Amino acid sequence: MDLFKIFSKESPSKDVAKERLKLILIHDRANVSPQFLEMVKGDIIRVISDYAEIDQDGLEIKLTRTGEQNSSTPALVANIPIKKMKDMGR
Amino acid sequence: MGISIVVTSGKGGVGKTTTTANIGTALAMLGKKVVVVDADTGLRNLDLHLGLENRIVYNLIDVAEGTCRLKQALIKDKRFDNLFLLPTAQTKDKTAITPSQMQNIVETLKGEFDYVIIDCPAGIEHGFENAVAGADRAIIVTTPEVSAVRDADRIIGKIEAKGLDDHQLIINRIKYEMTKKGEMLNIEDMTDILAIKLLGIVPDDEKIVVSTNRGEPAVTDDHSKAGQAYKNIARRILGEEVPFLDLEDENTGFFGVLKKLFKR
Ligand SMILES: Nc1ncnc2c1ncn2[C@@H]1O[C@H](COP(=O)(O)OP(=O)(O)O)[C@@H](O)[C@H]1O
Ligand SMILES: [Mg+2]
Repeated sequence: MDLFKIFSKESPSKDVAKERLKLILIHDRANVSPQFLEMVKGDIIRVISDYAEIDQDGLEIKLTRTGEQNSSTPALVANIPIKKMKDMGR
Repeated sequence: MGISIVVTSGKGGVGKTTTTANIGTALAMLGKKVVVVDADTGLRNLDLHLGLENRIVYNLIDVAEGTCRLKQALIKDKRFDNLFLLPTAQTKDKTAITPSQMQNIVETLKGEFDYVIIDCPAGIEHGFENAVAGADRAIIVTTPEVSAVRDADRIIGKIEAKGLDDHQLIINRIKYEMTKKGEMLNIEDMTDILAIKLLGIVPDDEKIVVSTNRGEPAVTDDHSKAGQAYKNIARRILGEEVPFLDLEDENTGFFGVLKKLFKR
């Protein structure tokens, strides 16, 4: 057990640096522009709207990495608040 | 036929010129015939690191423009007969030479020398393109800082896109006390993030300043830790397996010696 870690409330600054770098590099390497994300956002709204009424202002899409620990595989994560499901005539 | 190696980084001030001067000198000390080439046209520095600034007559741009022959622009080092400098112009800019001219010059040098070490300017523009044009191999220098690591990653991407797959990393200016406290990115963090093979670790060393003041590379000073690290790097370039300095530090550093005392 690392005594240093127990006694310090904040994580060491090098861990912060490492986490920040991992995210920065995912963006740099994927070379995605804000326009790209806006385009994806527009298309998602179009597709989902057939099935559900969504809160367009609350829709959030970002480039991050997959949930596995220490992963550096990029992942697109979308948070799409649904106001109401559409009745699909079931 | 010799081997050409470009020393690059993206970010400025991380130690490219220091690294070029020291690796070049160390390889010469190991008996190789070496030429170090300054590709930082307009902001030349390599001559200062070697203490050769007063001997420059012709330069890289003169060679490209045909003002002189390549041999005339080469300056022999003060200390080592088998070490040469090809300086560049201080009053021209980086577009004064093209990548294909650079490639030809490096190719010719490879016929004469065992190692051609090219000091790349900062940035990813024309100067970078020139410096990597004739390179067989690349050394990427970074420091344990977020901005330097980010730029190194960008450069690695650029170099790989050119098919320059033989590339390794040097981490410069490591401060052991800070890494121990977790206040500085450590070796593992950086190789993990950059996913590139490690060629060497160079400690932050005040003696580097003294070396640059005198125009005598740190490898010529037996008491310089950075100099020792560069000597190890030169041997690794020659294919020898040399353990990394931080491991050696465990045994020879102050704490290492204490540890040994307590172990007994
Ligand atoms: N290992 C080191 N320890 C201490 N200072 C260093 C070290 N390496 C480089 N420096 C200093 O950093 C500065 C920039 O180095 P330089 O080699 O000119 O970088 P670059 O060519 O990448 O711009 C110089 O002042 C140099 O003395
Ligand atoms: Mg430089």
